[in-house]
Amino acid sequence: MLYSSQAVAKPYFIAAIALFAVQVLFGLLLGMQYIPVNLPFISFITFDAARLIHTNLLIMWLLFGFMGSIYYIIPEESEQELYNPKLAIQLFWVFLSLTIITFLGYLLLSYATFAKITGNQFFPTMGREYLEQPTIIKLGLFIVLCGFSYNIAMTVLHGRKGMINLLLLAGIVGTTIIFLMAFYNPSNLVVAKYYRWWLIHFWIEGTWELIMEAILAYVIYKITGDRKIVEKWLYIIVAVTLTTTILGIGHHYYWIGVSEYWQWVGTVFSIFEILPFFFMVLFVFNVVNCTKCQYSNKAVKLWALSTPIMAFLGAGVLGFLHTLAPVNYYSHGTQITSAHSHLAFYSTYVMIVLTMISYAMPILRNRKIVNGGLSQRFEILAFWLMTVSMFFMALFIAIAGIMQVYIQRATDLALPFIEIQNSLMILYWLRSIGGVVFLIGVIIYITKFLIAKSNNL
Amino acid sequence: MKILTKPKYIYYSSLIVFVFLLLGLTIHTMIVLPQQDHRENLTPQIIQGKLIWEEHNCIGCHTLLGEGAYFAPELSNVYERRGGSHGGTYFIKAWLKAMPTNIPSRRQMPQFNLTEDELNALIAFLKWTSEINNSSWPPSKKG
Repeated sequence: MLYSSQAVAKPYFIAAIALFAVQVLFGLLLGMQYIPVNLPFISFITFDAARLIHTNLLIMWLLFGFMGSIYYIIPEESEQELYNPKLAIQLFWVFLSLTIITFLGYLLLSYATFAKITGNQFFPTMGREYLEQPTIIKLGLFIVLCGFSYNIAMTVLHGRKGMINLLLLAGIVGTTIIFLMAFYNPSNLVVAKYYRWWLIHFWIEGTWELIMEAILAYVIYKITGDRKIVEKWLYIIVAVTLTTTILGIGHHYYWIGVSEYWQWVGTVFSIFEILPFFFMVLFVFNVVNCTKCQYSNKAVKLWALSTPIMAFLGAGVLGFLHTLAPVNYYSHGTQITSAHSHLAFYSTYVMIVLTMISYAMPILRNRKIVNGGLSQRFEILAFWLMTVSMFFMALFIAIAGIMQVYIQRATDLALPFIEIQNSLMILYWLRSIGGVVFLIGVIIYITKFLIAKSNNL
Repeated sequence: MKILTKPKYIYYSSLIVFVFLLLGLTIHTMIVLPQQDHRENLTPQIIQGKLIWEEHNCIGCHTLLGEGAYFAPELSNVYERRGGSHGGTYFIKAWLKAMPTNIPSRRQMPQFNLTEDELNALIAFLKWTSEINNSSWPPSKKG
């Protein structure tokens, strides 16, 4: 650790890992409700409440992960201490409280009650996918994002300005401004859906993608030590992201009741949205064979190399196939969407945060990395369990989706929705097994940190 | 030529070009939208129905215009699927009141205990949604 204020990243990483485990646990419950087995520990919670926890905790812990990563990277890249480390810790506790209140609200209250006691009727923003948090929680989250942006901006502006830290700053300021759209929920459903995507799309395929690219570039720079080549690639990747993603929003507008030309705009730009991921793969493979590299931690290299490959598959290829308007006409709103979002979220955002944690955590905890040590073997095992099981889960859900589309939308069989779903049961079973393996992976991943503590390996 | 190869100029110019294109398309979309969404039919009852839809987290299981969860059927066309003007309202109301069915190993929908007014508002919202002109999606009546 070059700067002592980088230490503020540590609580953020710990919170991210803990929330990740809870998110996966509730994901497994959701998968089991598909089967469905009526065991009390599964059916104690309704599907929609478990899904609220699964998706909302995902967003929250990824933000924790991004914040931790950015707090770690910024002082080093700006070559000075963080502007206000105390504020970073205060905001951590505020953000964690907001997350826990939201989690408990979803877990213990019915959603309608939660909406009532948080006064949703006075300023309705709840009940929209990914934006289910009570209005007051959204307000708190906005304040946290503002404080975070301020802290990062002051550090970057007073220090050395490089490609990586400027990009992170742009990413986090963009994320904050775009979040204002969460407060706009007009009573016309079509207009509401149109502008909701300005938030979801420009976060997940915009500013978050920029943050992901910057973190990847930073870790690759740390591995290779060659800033020039990293910045050259980052320059190309970011340029392609910016030019494709803005009108790529069109792929959300095919069937919500807006003009039909969005089908053309969305399809054409979505085809090119695969390019940033393609360049990321080229980038890591171009730099991986460096003979002069001093950096030796195998686990970090594994995460950093696999992230673009998996992102290319999950976000790039699956996204590309699914967002062509003629395909999307059939695949929209089926299990295919679920397959794509699982693999895309895992490969792009979960993996980049775990890459950064893999790199930074041993430094933050003052641990010596031993290649082949017990702690590292656990991490690599967890990597394979999680990545392979997620790949197969996405595969099974995708097959279920294709069969669902065929029976439900391409034939004249008069089967109702639920009968079609029952005919896909074997795939839902297989998916749940994938979920169990993934959870085992998460447990082994967490154990890795505990081993390091007791044995110093 | 140096100005062209500086990253920030490429970024600023592509951002400006594409943001303006997006804003232009958005303005056009919003101008022609009233012909597609039939907003002239929006009543306070439908707006109340949307709030009821949101406050019961219906997208936690269902999709509406394809967005939401894939655990339960698409509902943008449920009004038509269940009979439209010939009994759609009656069917949906009876359905919501009959939940949960408690049929073993079948996905269950909770009982939301909506009042008669709330049920009417929710169904009015679903009826209005079914009339949105959205390029004939979903492909099948089943959703």
